[in-house]
Amino acid sequence: MEYFVQQLIIGVTLGSIYGLIAIGYTMVYGIIGMINFAHGDVFMVGGFIALTAFLALIAIGVTAVPLALFLVLLIAMALTALYGWTVERFAYRPLRHSFRLAPLISAIGMSIILQNFVQIVQGARVKPLPPLVTGSHTVMTSEAFNVELSNIQIIVVLITFVVMAGFSWLVARTRLGRDMRACEQDLKMASLLGVNVDRTISLTFVIGAALASVAGIMYLLYYGVIDFYIGFVAGVKAFTAAVLGGIGSLPGAMLGGLLIGLIETFWSAYFSIEYKDVAAFSILIVALIFLPTGILGRPEVEKV
Amino acid sequence: MRRDPTPVPNKASHTASLSLADALKDAVLAALVAIGLFFFLIGLRSEQGPTGALEITTRLPTLAMVVGAVFAGALVRALIFGRGPIGLGRAIPPTVTHTLEVAGRFAAPALLIFALLVPVLFYHDRYFLDLGIMVLTYVMLGWGLNIVVGLAGLLDLGYVAFYAVGAYSYALLATHFELSFWICLPLAGILAAFWGVLLGFPVLRLRGDYLAIVTLAFGEIIRLVLLNWQHVTGGPNGIASIPRPSFFGLPFSNEEGGFAHTFGLEFSSTHRIVFLFYLILALALITNWVTIRLRRLPIGRAWEAMREDEIACRSLGINTTTTKLTAFAIGAMFGGFAGSFFATRQGFISPESFTFGESALVLAIVVLGGMGSQIGVAVAALVMLGGFELFREFQSYRMLIFGFAMVLIMIWRPRGLVATREPSLHLGDTKTISATMVKQGQG
Repeated sequence: MEYFVQQLIIGVTLGSIYGLIAIGYTMVYGIIGMINFAHGDVFMVGGFIALTAFLALIAIGVTAVPLALFLVLLIAMALTALYGWTVERFAYRPLRHSFRLAPLISAIGMSIILQNFVQIVQGARVKPLPPLVTGSHTVMTSEAFNVELSNIQIIVVLITFVVMAGFSWLVARTRLGRDMRACEQDLKMASLLGVNVDRTISLTFVIGAALASVAGIMYLLYYGVIDFYIGFVAGVKAFTAAVLGGIGSLPGAMLGGLLIGLIETFWSAYFSIEYKDVAAFSILIVALIFLPTGILGRPEVEKV
Repeated sequence: MRRDPTPVPNKASHTASLSLADALKDAVLAALVAIGLFFFLIGLRSEQGPTGALEITTRLPTLAMVVGAVFAGALVRALIFGRGPIGLGRAIPPTVTHTLEVAGRFAAPALLIFALLVPVLFYHDRYFLDLGIMVLTYVMLGWGLNIVVGLAGLLDLGYVAFYAVGAYSYALLATHFELSFWICLPLAGILAAFWGVLLGFPVLRLRGDYLAIVTLAFGEIIRLVLLNWQHVTGGPNGIASIPRPSFFGLPFSNEEGGFAHTFGLEFSSTHRIVFLFYLILALALITNWVTIRLRRLPIGRAWEAMREDEIACRSLGINTTTTKLTAFAIGAMFGGFAGSFFATRQGFISPESFTFGESALVLAIVVLGGMGSQIGVAVAALVMLGGFELFREFQSYRMLIFGFAMVLIMIWRPRGLVATREPSLHLGDTKTISATMVKQGQG
């Protein structure tokens, strides 16, 4: 039982990170119907900006952890959002009315660009960051096993919760959120009714990238290491999460993220750690056989 | 209905360049964005110090150079092209594109003759022959994937899985059962086709991006299993000393009964390379020929009909289940052939060779070449891999350039290098149509 609870804690933490990335995929897909393959790499860029920002802050003497964390969160979100905007502007906007595979190929190209750019400017080696947030609480205990809930896990889940709450408010209550929902339903009609479609799509990328950068910071703090390749694996998992939850659905992305995180953690804990990714992907395939549009996705009705 | 933005050479757009003040404003803005993007990634660099902890160093001159370059680039762009997109029609004069179109008609026979003559012309250039073999392998993979994406219209992001199945089938059969290449080749193809059907079943009901992610997941599963099933596949160490192919039974060795000895030639290690070159050329041409013939068979017609409209296709009594499965199976079979060729050429395989990057590369070749266009795919493979080799000296920068090339080609020619298609059925004369009128790779 204790072991199970411990794995549950780890799984939820991991799932939060996947969920934050998955939101970016699902939003972009919902509005312009493309797989933003570069999104995983935007997440990685967010992690790297956070890394250098942390080091720079320490170098100039900001050592109070809460303050540093807050500043890094602001810097990384703002600058990664700028990356999201630039990527959309450079690689996707010219292809807005092109055929469906063109943005996909362009996105794969963009992913290669970001990966190699970071590799060139920051080096290919794994970057270890000394743990900034330490300490943990024992929540359950037995003779054989103590369940530990570390501060960093609390922070990850808490920040994810706050960010998600803010984001849900934005989508449900603001003018921008309304524009986004309108664009999701019908791009052409939205633009006829006076929604600035280009601006809305840009802002969608900006918000998605900002959320991904939060995930990047969480990843950096939680694992303490980062390299230029993490974006691919995390991106594929997060996209899997988005599809599992039903692509286009925001609660679905979060749910899918949590599910993928839990599946992965429990599989590693009870079966074999080598096949954890195989388990996640297999469950996706099996789930899609029975629910072809994901858990919370709306079935696409094709009119003839 | 969505259409490609056709790059029309437009007089008015030439004069759309901005005034100097506006151009400067744009360039300053671009430079500011560049500072934001690059300050923390180029301006600062984290490096592991002697104690193992990360230390930060500044590289402000590099940052200034990059930002300066962005500023200059944005200024020039704004002065010449204005704020609109840089269309290919404006970047390249129409006379050039017209000449290219005329030249394109002779491209296929010229390329074929060139390919046949490569081993004769470059007999002493081992590097060039190896490059040729690699290009032809990707041409074959591209043509194989073209069946799935171009003809049947099913987006497959995990094609490399079948390449891997073929390679490992050959490697395992040849090393454990000592079967010859010529027995293993069809076996590898059959096994890969079997895996294609296996992938086909779960994705029968899926469309679009669900299909894309499942094929991607499938490719990753195959790679991860190869990586972790240590006692069969050798895990990350792969399989080494895979038997080399023989000339229909005659080994390429310097001894009695070898190829050189039997034909009274002086032994040379190039014989095997030349044989491999012609072998992959033949395999690739078979793929091409089968594809062209299949388009005229009922099954090929069914693929194309399914690509254009699945519902209409079903209402006309075409069994879409078998149609999809055969498309996956036949596409996978050619992937398997290419895989076993790869294994026999390399003599060593490991999961490293079958990453998602390979799938992306093959898909990029197919899309950049123009889906459904056989010659386009061949040219794209030549350009991409040739270009890749040209930039070999730049090492880490070449992948960056490769990425930019992918994005820019999509912006300028979203339908690929060959943007016209030849319909399988036509009334009267053969004619080509714009690629915008078919739904390749959309399902």
